[in-house]
Amino acid sequence: MKKNIDKKITGNGLMGWVDERFPLSSFIKNHLTEYYAPKNFNFWYFFGALALFVFVMQILTGIFLTMYYKPDASQAFASVEFIMRDVSFGWLIRYMHSTGASLFFVVIYLHMFRGLMYGSYQKPRELLWLFGVAIFLLLMAEAFFGYLLPWGQMSYWGAQVIVNLFATIPLIGPDLAEWVRGDYLVSDATLNRFFAFHVIALPLALAGLIMCHLVALHEVGSNNPDGVEIKETKDKKTGVPLDGIPFHPYYTVKDLIGLSVFLIVFALIVFFAPEMGGYFLEANNFVPADPLVTPSHIAPVWYFTPFYSILRAIPPILGSQFPGVAAMGLSVLIFFFVPWLDKSKVRSIRYKGLLYKKWLAAFVISFFVLGYLGTVPSNVWGQFSSIIPLLGGLDIATFFARIFTLIYFLFFIMMPYYSKKDITKKVPKRVIMK
Amino acid sequence: MTKNNKKIDKNRRKFLLAATCATGAVGVCALGVPFVSSMSPSEKAKAAGAPVEFDVTQVPRGEIKTAEWRGQPVWILNRTEKMLSSLSDKEILTDPESKSPQQPKNCQNATRSIKPNLLVMVGICTHLGCSPTPKLSKGGEMGNGWEGGFFCPCHGSKFDLAGRVYKGSPAPTNLVIPPYRYSDDKTIIIGESESKKG
Repeated sequence: MKKNIDKKITGNGLMGWVDERFPLSSFIKNHLTEYYAPKNFNFWYFFGALALFVFVMQILTGIFLTMYYKPDASQAFASVEFIMRDVSFGWLIRYMHSTGASLFFVVIYLHMFRGLMYGSYQKPRELLWLFGVAIFLLLMAEAFFGYLLPWGQMSYWGAQVIVNLFATIPLIGPDLAEWVRGDYLVSDATLNRFFAFHVIALPLALAGLIMCHLVALHEVGSNNPDGVEIKETKDKKTGVPLDGIPFHPYYTVKDLIGLSVFLIVFALIVFFAPEMGGYFLEANNFVPADPLVTPSHIAPVWYFTPFYSILRAIPPILGSQFPGVAAMGLSVLIFFFVPWLDKSKVRSIRYKGLLYKKWLAAFVISFFVLGYLGTVPSNVWGQFSSIIPLLGGLDIATFFARIFTLIYFLFFIMMPYYSKKDITKKVPKRVIMK
Repeated sequence: MTKNNKKIDKNRRKFLLAATCATGAVGVCALGVPFVSSMSPSEKAKAAGAPVEFDVTQVPRGEIKTAEWRGQPVWILNRTEKMLSSLSDKEILTDPESKSPQQPKNCQNATRSIKPNLLVMVGICTHLGCSPTPKLSKGGEMGNGWEGGFFCPCHGSKFDLAGRVYKGSPAPTNLVIPPYRYSDDKTIIIGESESKKG
């Protein structure tokens, strides 16, 4: 495909005029009409394009929200209510933004699961995966900063709890937390800087990383459900992969179908259940932030709950909460190492053995259980009876959170062993169409 | 173009390149200082959160006064010997040894204070942030078993005279002891710990 770049395309008319000054035609060729993607993409391949769509939508709705939002501790809450009640269609734009945030994570989690399933992080796609994990990390920060902005009780105390996590870091912790807040408690200074991070710093960084993610993708080409490298079987005359089809029109059209279904779900939530029963917008956040009154139960929004569960599950060691904080950090950062933890000879789950499938299933289950436990108080299932040795008096939910935290980490830590031991099937030379 | 066709001195080039990079890096770091420090608490925030001086001689034995620090009420209670002896009953307390980090290290003791009689404590309930009411005398409206302490009117949390929470209270932890130090025998500075003198 490189030869297209060297060959100067000389067309007539406007396109020809542009092409002499800007590589428009060759860009369209290289990345759309003559960019060959495997022909066997399935359901799981919708979510990358959808994530890009949600990103653009968040930027657009965000721009319109900043036209009325006031990043000032004394005005923030009221300005959000003003958007909801008095701004023409303000409620729609805000609900699109808040629903978009939650669905961004739905889409990203499915996108990441696809990568785990089909081994899309394996050589030569390690860097592609690293960019992706970095995007995920920044997205979490972006969501966290954004959640403070409505300046409700949950915004305030959620930020308080998360910023205090930094304070547990040995030696520099308390000073670091103070530096992040810009005050001795979460205050106007904190709100103002979180606004700056949320509307310009992180979106810019995200846009840059998404760009890198796509450039890396188009350099190495997409993986596929069979994990077969389509570039290895090319048409001898044209050099086109035999199992590849042009991205446009084939996958642009396919993605449009996925987008339509996504938008139906999106609209149903925006119009009928924007709060999603307290999971997308928590009830306590409809009460203005009050530094003197702590809500009885502080829970993060659903997309952070698996990691929050891990934080709570680790008991303090020597009176320090830091081990829990470190475990939570590690539970996200460990995704960076997956390309080097997987020693399997095959990429796709289709050709992996039962052992890998069991581990992946255990990981998914623990992710869901931890996610649920993170939304409820730790005494939700009561305590073990004091008769039971060792466990007596311990919250039952905490015990299970510990078990599943262990499984969560073992999925990664044991990966070099079980992926090597796994009995894999023979991978075909060409992709299989069902 | 030049007539100088001597061999290129690669070491010299490497050295110049490294020196330029190093100088540039120092410059970038120096430029980073104002940006990083702009994020620390401003002078206004520092002033609002500044340590507060309090003359403890204005609190007679057995009485309580309130100071304000960072927008919170801080109690200064001068406990009598009788009050101190009431602190011994540990059965009814959730955290009698003050294990949870609700106080500076030098106050993690039986009286939760630097000088045994003088209690300095943030008067905000650890449950939902109401301000508990001092009920310093024994018995009375609090019933016969009451040894003196603090009672939160909002949700009924009870604390003893060292701010330690009673079992069965909605409040999860003991009341907060702020960092403080004695600048001399009569004066305490609330908001400064002993290690940060001067």
